[in-house]
Amino acid sequence: MDSALIPKGAKRCPFPVFALGIAVVGVVLLWGVYAMGLCWFKGLNQTNMDDYYGFALWIWADLAVIAIGGGAFFTGLLRYVFGIDELKNIINLAVVIGFICYSSALLILAIDVGQPLRSWFIFWHANVHSMLTEVAFCLSLYFSVLTIEFVPLILENRKLDKVPFFHNLGHNMHGVMAVFAATGAFLSCFHQGSLGGVAGVMYGRPFAFREGLLVWPWTFFLFTWSAAAYGPCFTLCVLKMFEKITKKKLVKDNVVHLLAKISGWMITTYIIAKIIDTVYWATVTAPSQGQTFMDFYSNNPFYGVWILVLEIVVCGIVPAVILTTQKFRENRKLLLVAIILGTFGVCLNRWVMVLQVMAAPVMTFDTWAMYIPSWQEVATTILPVAYGVILIALAYRYLPVFPQELELNADQQD
Amino acid sequence: MLPFSFEWAWDAGHLLFFGGMWYTIAILGAGLTYCVGKTILDTMAGKGPHH
Repeated sequence: MDSALIPKGAKRCPFPVFALGIAVVGVVLLWGVYAMGLCWFKGLNQTNMDDYYGFALWIWADLAVIAIGGGAFFTGLLRYVFGIDELKNIINLAVVIGFICYSSALLILAIDVGQPLRSWFIFWHANVHSMLTEVAFCLSLYFSVLTIEFVPLILENRKLDKVPFFHNLGHNMHGVMAVFAATGAFLSCFHQGSLGGVAGVMYGRPFAFREGLLVWPWTFFLFTWSAAAYGPCFTLCVLKMFEKITKKKLVKDNVVHLLAKISGWMITTYIIAKIIDTVYWATVTAPSQGQTFMDFYSNNPFYGVWILVLEIVVCGIVPAVILTTQKFRENRKLLLVAIILGTFGVCLNRWVMVLQVMAAPVMTFDTWAMYIPSWQEVATTILPVAYGVILIALAYRYLPVFPQELELNADQQD
Repeated sequence: MLPFSFEWAWDAGHLLFFGGMWYTIAILGAGLTYCVGKTILDTMAGKGPHH
């Protein structure tokens, strides 16, 4: 039915099966759209946010998708600016994931701001003393960059590519992609960092507050570094999911191992910095504000030292060791464990830096403030996941996302 | 956002934030203009999928 649109020689499932899959995910999407409508028409009283939780599940989701979408800017930087040519075989996937992650982040923010019709105020009436203004600027502009990076892939669709203008446009955009990729990396460094900076500058929240360099707290650098380190783990996770679902090999092992190795060394350097930061915060910064380390990990029903161990040891040191050791990295199961732990680890870090920061008491008369999201918050957080699944499925079906697919599956071609 | 909007001030904050923003927009705009312009010329010269 749609075979004229499918990349030449590639094998895809029958259209009815594909449509059924999209319809199933579409139901989840509609559930999220319904919840989104409730939040827009009835207001933020649909959420369980309160005076303690001005930032809650949505902001965590925002920070998490931006972090795991960091694979796009970092892989783009390595491919186009540093010229690591092997990564051309996975850059398309990284760009599609980045596009989905950043459009999801913007969608979540559109719900979170309460009055999306006024979202342009942040540009027109900008508060130039706010790190969040910098985030808004960089996020919007970087989304534009990702769109520019995505367009040539769309233009490579079998039908579109036959139109001379589209063919030439895609070709010419490829030619100057290094400029766009470098701009994207510049923007990413700043908005990833500023998202961490928002937490680090809050001197009224001793759990998050950090010293730093000039106007930038250490969390600024840690957030940028962690996104670059763990983002490729998510790209590899999605690749492995694709390979499992399609029962095909889509990218050669040398490319996967190269990206995994780079990610591993990035995680190693990040986790060393994170450990130094945590030790300094626990022994110097927090005590200088009248708090002890255990104040942040006791007398509450959920947050214990276990969460710090899980983040730094299980989801930091373990994937770092696996990905930097050739023997472990080339073991399929261990590689899978490492990239899943890495992806989970960066999401956990963002959870801690958003939710635990809000939960920890800051006044002598305060107690821990726990939070459970409303179903509307959960549905609107799952909404971008459903949207992402649909978009990436469409991209895989109709666009040449994996340049090595035909070569690796010569026996299955139509 | 622009020097003629009422809350604009010629201070470091505005120059850094908006300088960075307009600089980036200029790079992206110039890059896209170059791509579209070259594409029009290439297409008019008969270049296409078979070249």
